[in-house]
Parts: sequence; C-alpha cells; structure tokens
Amino acid sequence: MALAVDILSWALILLGSFFTVVGAAGLVRMPDLFTRMHAASVIDTTGVGFLVLGMMLQAGLGLVTLKLFFILVLFFFAGPVVVHALAQAALHEKIEPQLALGGQRRDASADPIPGATKGRPS
Amino acid sequence: MMFTVAAIAILVALALAITRGILGPTVFDRALAANAVGSLAIMLLAVVGFLTGRPEFLDIGLTYGLLNMIGTLAVLKFFRHGDLAYDHEEDDA
Repeated sequence: MALAVDILSWALILLGSFFTVVGAAGLVRMPDLFTRMHAASVIDTTGVGFLVLGMMLQAGLGLVTLKLFFILVLFFFAGPVVVHALAQAALHEKIEPQLALGGQRRDASADPIPGATKGRPS
Repeated sequence: MMFTVAAIAILVALALAITRGILGPTVFDRALAANAVGSLAIMLLAVVGFLTGRPEFLDIGLTYGLLNMIGTLAVLKFFRHGDLAYDHEEDDA
C-alpha cells in the first residue's frame, strides 16, 4: 500500500516536473504575447497541479496537505485573474494577437505585424 | 530523490522564464515572465521544504503567492493607466 502511494506520487511529481519545463520552454519559444500566456498557464495549471498532488500523497493527511491544498486553490483563482488582466492591458495598448493570414503561417521575424512589438520598451 | 528531480526541473524552468524576462520585447512579456518566476518560486519553496524535511516553507510559499498576484496586478494597472490611483470615470471622455 505504501509502495503504491510512493509510485503514484513519483509519477505525479515527474509529470508535474515535465509540464513545468514544457511550459517554461513554451514561454521562450512561442511567437507572440498571447501564445506565451498560454504557455505560462501550463505551468500554473498542470505543472503546479501535478506537483502539489504528488507532494500531498507524500505528506499524508495533516496540516501540510491542507497548506498544499491552499496553494492549489490560490493558483486556481490567481492564475486566470492575472492572465486576464494581462491580456486586457495588452489589448488596451493595441497589441494584437498574431494571426495566420490566408491559411498561411506568418513568419514572425520576416514580416512582423505592425503593433506586435509596440508598447513601452523595458 | 524525486524531490531532487522536481527541484532541478523547476530550476531549469526558472532559467527559461528569466530568459523571457530579459528578452522582452514588451513590458507585458516581462510582467508575464515575472509572474511565472513567482509561481515557480512558490513551487521551489514547497519542494525544498520537502527536500529538507521542513514543510513550514509552505507558509512562506503561500504568502509569496499572494504578494506575487498583487504585485503583478499593480504593475499591470500602472502600465495600463499610468497611475495606481486610477478613477475609471475619467476614461469615459
């Protein structure tokens, strides 16, 4: 029984680590702000979620699990609020999502959309 | 052992998030990267707490999470309105 819980928490923590790294890689690799938000949300949902679930299994029932649950709830509510505010502020600054035109993929480096790099520098 | 793996993964993700923060190009990319760094720092605190057998670090993580959200929202509000004490009725004109 203890072994099964250990294996399950191993799997959950490895899965969480994987999604954390994938989300961070997307944060660097994605072409514009809105796709980067999507990548950052992967860290906030699957990455943190699986890691916290794995740690809950390691901690067992108790105060530690309650605190981990609070962290999970915090991420559950704070993540969407922050990303929504970010998207709203970016749209307010006239930063438009980068779109594929005519079914063709746009090359971001060759022909940037006007306004995609606008906004205040620094 | 498994917490070491998680800690290494979180450190790699932190390095990538900081890369995005340095690259920019807009202030919103930097705010997003700062928020991601905050989330990863919370997870790193939790994992290090388990790694050293001191789960009290979770309290620090919770506090840091609340500060992280408020900080990001304050920065966004400042860059959107140029003022933290913004009155929305001024915007109607």
